[in-house]
Amino acid sequence: MSLLVTFGVNGQIASVEVSPWKRLLDVLREDLHLTGTKEGCGEGECGACTVLLDGVPVNSCLVAAGQCDGRAVTTVEGLARGSAAEPLLHAVQRELVARGGAQCGICTPGIAVCAAHLCESGALVGASDPRAKVRELLAGNICRCTGYQLVVDAVIAAALPDGESAEDGAGDGGRGDGGAR
Amino acid sequence: MTGYLRPTSLADAVAARAAHPDWLVLAGGTDLMVNAPHRPVPAGIVDLWGCAELRGIARDGETLRLGAGTTWLDVVQSALVAAHAPILGAAAREIGAPQIQARGTIGGNVATSSPVGDSLPVLLALDATLGLASPRGRRVVPYRDFATGYRTTSLDADELIAAVVVPVPDAATRLSWRKVGTRAAQSISKVMAAAAIHVEDGVIAWARFGLGAVAARPIRAAAAEAAAAGRPADEATARAVADALAGEIRPITDVRSAADYRLEVAQALLVRFVLNAGRS
Ligand SMILES: Cc1cc2nc3c(=O)[nH]c(=O)nc-3n(C[C@H](O)[C@H](O)[C@H](O)COP(=O)(O)OP(=O)(O)OC[C@H]3O[C@@H](n4cnc5c(N)ncnc54)[C@H](O)[C@@H]3O)c2cc1C
Ligand code: FES
Ligand code: FES
Repeated sequence: MSLLVTFGVNGQIASVEVSPWKRLLDVLREDLHLTGTKEGCGEGECGACTVLLDGVPVNSCLVAAGQCDGRAVTTVEGLARGSAAEPLLHAVQRELVARGGAQCGICTPGIAVCAAHLCESGALVGASDPRAKVRELLAGNICRCTGYQLVVDAVIAAALPDGESAEDGAGDGGRGDGGAR
Repeated sequence: MTGYLRPTSLADAVAARAAHPDWLVLAGGTDLMVNAPHRPVPAGIVDLWGCAELRGIARDGETLRLGAGTTWLDVVQSALVAAHAPILGAAAREIGAPQIQARGTIGGNVATSSPVGDSLPVLLALDATLGLASPRGRRVVPYRDFATGYRTTSLDADELIAAVVVPVPDAATRLSWRKVGTRAAQSISKVMAAAAIHVEDGVIAWARFGLGAVAARPIRAAAAEAAAAGRPADEATARAVADALAGEIRPITDVRSAADYRLEVAQALLVRFVLNAGRS
């Protein structure tokens, strides 16, 4: 059987007729051609497929299409603002690029989605050990390339921008936070 | 696949289950949807995710009532859990990773009944009960009678888990929990243990020890509990508890750990719990 599933995707309404058992991951990639979301493991372990479902990070490989009806999904494509011609990357995307927090890029969409949520939820504000907090909140995002250090640097820089550099410094790549750079 | 139902009340969920006994009951999907493309397509799905009646944590007299659809994230964020059942919150925080905690439910963990289900030793230590519902009515079963063998339970074919009910421990009951795995997140436990130890004037009146990953199902360590009861919460008792435990569990060696290691760690955890109960 197929089911008409209507849900919000990156601020627009999408309707697809799919098996309710189809994974949200496959609906995004195959039906909506949003191929930014990656499959790493298909087992909920790696976090490459992370999207926001009603504002919360989930593994889209473990969500059935039927469960998305009437809900709102944000994928990595939905993080940037601006236009297609002139995209304005989200602060975490800018910092991941500037600081070498992405190498092969398979983990990056999931990390960007989680990190954007982390920034917007204010989870780091006032944290006694922000680096430890970032590592805890990104514990479900496995990266085989970067060794995580530069990812954590990027997320800290995006979530806790220091003064003026928050305005113009994103992307300069020259700022560290005392981590292993 | 012939159908997909999204009941919004427990009554509708029970009716859907009864009408379609061969369909899959789906909650957060963090057990059922692992490798979904390589699994047989279900005959149909009864999707409990949107059933608000099943989700939420409330104080009910001297108990905490957690709807079966309550997620681990709900548990982590609950002030009631933090105040009255902190070891359940501690276990929830170590289940998978944030993405798993956002979807995985307590009912799913109980129904899957894996020997490494992290909440299960906690439910044993807290002496939780389960509220079950079927077209024949409701029944309450003590959690300690629920897991019957390797991933088997006493849930009837037409039943759903409606709620997990945890008695609120009194101030003299010391609670402990520890999961031992390769890392804090995304790791399946090598051993985990939970304890509720009732101490009066330095003497253990009673103790409940729940253990996971040391048997085919989550178990209470009855001999270890007996070794603790009526004894002071000290080194000698802790040693007696560890010895009693060695006599009652036979952990296995598998890809995640070795039998000797599991026994030694389980003993060390109970020793620590007993000594901590004596200190606090
Ligand atoms: C990457 C990863 C890491 C994990 N880490 C851990 C971990 O550290 N510790 C741990 O314990 N578990 C872990 N799990 C397992 C899983 O997340 C938990 O068991 C979770 O609680 C399952 O809940 P769910 O709602 O997702 O279940 P589902 O997958 O939706 O369902 C699981 C089972 O429960 C049944 N079911 C669900 N709700 C009910 C109900 N109300 N009545 C009757 N039957 C019901 C379903 O029919 C099915 O048989 C992990 C899983 C993954 C993928
Ligand atoms: S592909 Fe979903 S968690 Fe790895
Ligand atoms: S950049 Fe390659 S897996 Fe993270």
